[in-house]
Amino acid sequence: MEHSVVSATKFNAWFGDNHAVKNVSIKIEKNQVVAVMGPSGCGKTTFLRCINRMHELIPGTKTEGSLKLYDDEIYSMNPIYVRYKIGMVFQRPNPFPNLSIYDNVVAGYKLNGLKMSKADMDVIVEKSLTSAALWNEVKDSLHKKGTFLSGGQQQRLCIARAIAMEPEVILFDEPTSALDPISTSSIETLFHELKTNYTLIIVTHNMQQAARVSDKTAFFYLGELVEFDNTKKMFTAPKDARTQNYITGRFS
Amino acid sequence: MTPLENEISALKKELINMWMLVQSQLNNAKEAMIKFDKDLAREVLVKEKRVNSFELKIDRDCENIFALFCPVAVDLRFLLAALKINTNLERIGDIAAGVAKYVIESSVNFDEIVLENTSLLRMYDEAVNIVTDTRIAFEKEDTVLARSIFKRDDILDTINVSAPIAITELIKKDLNSMPEALYMLSIFRKLERVGDQAKNIAEEIIFYVEAKILKHFESSKRNVDGEE
Repeated sequence: MEHSVVSATKFNAWFGDNHAVKNVSIKIEKNQVVAVMGPSGCGKTTFLRCINRMHELIPGTKTEGSLKLYDDEIYSMNPIYVRYKIGMVFQRPNPFPNLSIYDNVVAGYKLNGLKMSKADMDVIVEKSLTSAALWNEVKDSLHKKGTFLSGGQQQRLCIARAIAMEPEVILFDEPTSALDPISTSSIETLFHELKTNYTLIIVTHNMQQAARVSDKTAFFYLGELVEFDNTKKMFTAPKDARTQNYITGRFS
Repeated sequence: MTPLENEISALKKELINMWMLVQSQLNNAKEAMIKFDKDLAREVLVKEKRVNSFELKIDRDCENIFALFCPVAVDLRFLLAALKINTNLERIGDIAAGVAKYVIESSVNFDEIVLENTSLLRMYDEAVNIVTDTRIAFEKEDTVLARSIFKRDDILDTINVSAPIAITELIKKDLNSMPEALYMLSIFRKLERVGDQAKNIAEEIIFYVEAKILKHFESSKRNVDGEE
């Protein structure tokens, strides 16, 4: 049987007294695209941020339960290593403004003091930008600042930066909410290509996007994982009435 | 109610109105057949155009809702079911018009006693009742009533299977009754198809309400398990 890449068992997370993620148990298989949806404040982004330990960067937070990358407890691993293995792309494209496109892609290596030859770096840059479907557009301007690119290109640059570290999992927190429909479409196409090599977990408010891009969908409500199933099933015949009410817009 | 709920509610009302019209078409065609009333038969043919208009409007409404609201889950199932029910109702409307055409074409009237003895009237009544009950099942989202349609379609099938024997007997008794007998045999066949259309509609109601697919499933198992 295929190993779960990320698995949570009775996992909880708090912001101070706020119990944001409640007893979540989920198994995410390799090379799947998983969409996470739910109303604002339902704990979906908190759960996402727990997966690569971004959650703990905020003071007053704590977690409980098991959260694993393969067989290893994420909260027993070196957080820097966790973030190598579990990359993240945010809502707004955030390339380093002072760095060139080239340096943005290898920023993970440089900022962590990982030394490598120029030739090796060239290979990583080309491979990562190609995987992020950006190489053809920027190959002649690699040394221009990343911020000169369009919003959609900047987001793909951020994806290339995440890919450069050769992660197992890439987390996306509403990755297209700041993009126009054409850029959104190119990122969605990219998801299909990326899942060949990576496992993608995408928090999205756009239900049609969840339906279009994901293999499985998780629905969170009030910190609980209400339903996790194949996307086709979730959008045609969800099991839980709360899921049905949410996706059909009948949520009060 | 959300805008999508309003649209779906309006579509449901539209389908029910179409259903009523189709029922009345079937009843009028039956009345025309029994009383050999060619005027009433012509009225059925005229009203067939209204059935067709309903079909086009409902198709267009479904297309608009798909395009504008991207429905999912129960709403998506409702729309898919509505599209198919619409087609099935239009075909039942065609069948009523077909019976009316026979009344207009026939030069001899249908003998009511013969209609009774050959079970054609019984079959006709059952077909009309089935169509009415599918409407009630749709309106009330009553899947128990919808499931009962499968058994009742079997009754129509049984009468249809024995129809050639009854018609042969009729011809044997009086060779002059041949044209009437052949029209009657055609009406048996048409009513059998009403049962099939009603069965398809019942399957769609169950799909919409329970998300279960019963198509191409043996009728005995359909009643027990209700799913594949």
